[in-house]
Amino acid sequence: MTEALEGATHHPEVLGWWRKYIFSVDHKVIGIQYALTGLTFLFFGFCLMMLMRWQLAFPGVALPVIGTLFGENRMPGGIMLPEFYNQLGAMHGTIMVFLGVVPLGVGGFGNYLVPLQIGAPDMAFPRLNMASYWFLFLGGVTMFVSFFVPGGSAQSGWTSYPPLAVISDGNGQTLWLVGMVFLITSSLLGSINTLTTIIQLRAKGLTFMRLPYFVWAQLVTGVLLLLAMPPLEVAGILQLMDRVAGTSFFLPTGLVVSGQVLAVSGGGSPVLYQHLFWFLAHPEVYVLLLPAMGIVSEVIANNTRRPLWGYRALVGSALFLGFMSFVVWAHHMYLTGMGTTISIFFQTTTMIISVPSVVILTALILTLHGGSIRFTTPMLFALAFVPMFGIGGLTGLPLGLTATDIPLHDTYYVIGHFHYVVAPGSIFALFAGVYYWYPKVTGRRLNEFLGKLHFWPSLLCMNGIFFPMLIQGLAGMQRRLYNGGVDYAYAQPVLHLHKLISFSAWGLAVSQIPFIVNFFWTLRKKATHEENPWHATTLEWAAPSPPPHGNFATVPEVFRGPYEYSVPGCAEDYLPQFAAVGPATADS
Amino acid sequence: MSSQQAKDHPHAADVDRHVRAYITVFVALMVLTLVTVWVSSLRLSLRLAVSVALGIATVKASLVAGVFMHLSSEKKLIVLGLALTVVFFLFCLLMPGVSDALNNRL
Amino acid sequence: MSASALIPYTVETRPDTGLNNVKIGIWLFLASEVMLFGGLFAAYILLRIGAAQWPLGASILSVPLAAANTLVLISSSVTMVMSWASLVRKDFGKFRLFMGLTVLLGLVFMGIKATEYMTKFHHGLFPRTSTFLAIYFTLTGLHAAHVLGGMVVNAYLWGPGSAMWKSEPLRFTNRVEAAGLFWHFVDLVWIFLFPVLYLL
Repeated sequence: MTEALEGATHHPEVLGWWRKYIFSVDHKVIGIQYALTGLTFLFFGFCLMMLMRWQLAFPGVALPVIGTLFGENRMPGGIMLPEFYNQLGAMHGTIMVFLGVVPLGVGGFGNYLVPLQIGAPDMAFPRLNMASYWFLFLGGVTMFVSFFVPGGSAQSGWTSYPPLAVISDGNGQTLWLVGMVFLITSSLLGSINTLTTIIQLRAKGLTFMRLPYFVWAQLVTGVLLLLAMPPLEVAGILQLMDRVAGTSFFLPTGLVVSGQVLAVSGGGSPVLYQHLFWFLAHPEVYVLLLPAMGIVSEVIANNTRRPLWGYRALVGSALFLGFMSFVVWAHHMYLTGMGTTISIFFQTTTMIISVPSVVILTALILTLHGGSIRFTTPMLFALAFVPMFGIGGLTGLPLGLTATDIPLHDTYYVIGHFHYVVAPGSIFALFAGVYYWYPKVTGRRLNEFLGKLHFWPSLLCMNGIFFPMLIQGLAGMQRRLYNGGVDYAYAQPVLHLHKLISFSAWGLAVSQIPFIVNFFWTLRKKATHEENPWHATTLEWAAPSPPPHGNFATVPEVFRGPYEYSVPGCAEDYLPQFAAVGPATADS
Repeated sequence: MSSQQAKDHPHAADVDRHVRAYITVFVALMVLTLVTVWVSSLRLSLRLAVSVALGIATVKASLVAGVFMHLSSEKKLIVLGLALTVVFFLFCLLMPGVSDALNNRL
Repeated sequence: MSASALIPYTVETRPDTGLNNVKIGIWLFLASEVMLFGGLFAAYILLRIGAAQWPLGASILSVPLAAANTLVLISSSVTMVMSWASLVRKDFGKFRLFMGLTVLLGLVFMGIKATEYMTKFHHGLFPRTSTFLAIYFTLTGLHAAHVLGGMVVNAYLWGPGSAMWKSEPLRFTNRVEAAGLFWHFVDLVWIFLFPVLYLL
């Protein structure tokens, strides 16, 4: 080769520590950086929630010991101030979505696995990859720092609706907006990389219909991030202008604050913000979901020793889901006074979008039928995903129709619904992924006993937290109330559930200890470097564990579909995509 | 130059034709700019003014995209992706706003 | 160091897609930019339709200055594409001339824009003064930020970046093409911005 290739990872034989571990351009190092950052913020956001749960279970009661750590302007005498509760609420949501699940699912798993699963040496743009991680890091630091400025962090919900978000005091909300710009930039750059990589760097023989479902999921996720993130950036810029430059994009004329008319030019529209926000935020929930579905599909196929049922239906569903996700956003806005025509449109699209999810869940369930199921820890988490996400999805249906949404909007029912899909839904899937691919990343397997000790209590506690919320919401208990609704007569019968939920939440925290112990303790064991411990069929298992820089010793070639398990006439119960011998199939 | 690389890039002769196109489009764009300014001085009704201005802008944009950005000879994948994006934008972002405004529900 | 560490199709095209990585990457980026400016335009439309009254652009803004800027930007688009064409014709001297002109024209654009802004501020017209001015400053401000970004890239390609012409001419040509696509897009946005803000 006379011409060097763009972004060629030419580097000296020995990289300094900084270039190797911190400012690396290797997708695996970057993937681990994303994953560790994501897990850390997941933990941090979880802690925020645990604090909130004290206030909800024991409103106005001082939190012993821990409560004294937060100072007089947050928890005087250990008793939580409403302002602090609101900060915790807003930041819990923001952190879990943008700094927890997305970095882990897309930046972590996506970055690490996509090049491996398509047989590429790295992502298409390694330096851009590194840059997108550091934007995430910057965004995370900004969000974290916002807690410590006068007035505290953002406290107008993760949705930051104006006018409240615009008029709130202090710099916390402004920092939130700046942080969001960093995080959006990170996702945008990452999606450009993912899409180019999948389109251009597939190995020889790896047609689109032979791609592992995980890669399809990342492809659609990339499209969602690419096209939906910019309008949120617009919303952020306009809100920043409102806060910092005194404009009134989102402030209507004659807005009265604390008894005085606000001295702005007016003419703004709060609903405009909601349109811009939800235009991203609805596809965003599928960004949270799709990588999870991808992971679960891989784990289920592998642990049933069967091909995924209905591969084409799965692919079509993912594509259709991605497309539809752009045209349902206003179902978050039914109560803004929209006209019936628009309302009917969004109700219809919302009902339609439930179909592909059902197809995917059905395909996963049908895959189990007749399979030789191995109840490994990743499989337990993946199996739990199915009914948990099912509950989440079903509870979404009344929210998607205006007649039933009117009493349920902004109640705990909504919180229960969306947490079912992301917590015992997506996060369980991410756990499945960690257990499943840990051997590839580290060359060691996580301990199965500790894994089960992690799984069963977690499953129990998740349901203990979120099922009662559905009940509370049906009773009419509003969300975002710092004292959990004690002042409302109709909330009285369901108030006691707060205690059940809080104890389940703290129980969930304790349930994570086996996982944390397992995660770090296993690293101290001697590595076995098994290349393919799960006897799986996809390309990442052709690489050493862990893969070296450049991933594969020889450029891989693909001969068949991704899930050739239990092929009749085959000696083993699996036939890897990359194995030369054996029958070649046209598609999977 | 390898044969693959030769396929990747237009030859010098092709570029000559392209350059003629660039100059032509340049002149067209200048003219259209002057036209659009002149039309605005006619103080047409808002509906008409918007239609004409956006119409001329669309023509200019198409020339830039088609000729300067080589979209007219670009691979289907790129053109399709872009067309999809533009359709998304036009439909998704305009629809609620226009509907709300028509119902005076802003 | 294994050959597999080198990333394929960064310069040569992949047979089944007919594209190289850089071209796909830049078009994906431009798609996201369409949504970015599209979002802002949508905000403009919503705000204008909902407003009790809306000033005629020409009554507040300077049409001659903006028209001049339009001609400047269009010219810079031509010089940009000519700089790429020069590289294809293997004329490095012409490339430097045209790219230099592009950067210069970009500077002229920014200069005129700065004059416009300064005049507004001098007359006490700020973003907070009215919704029209708010969206005007935001739209043109974001656009100007993109012009600046493009100029930085172009200046790099004209200056230190042009050293790549000697070692990897094809790769350099592709880079200039990608930068050109971005620059044309910035011109495209202005083609819509100008009539919408100034003439309607």
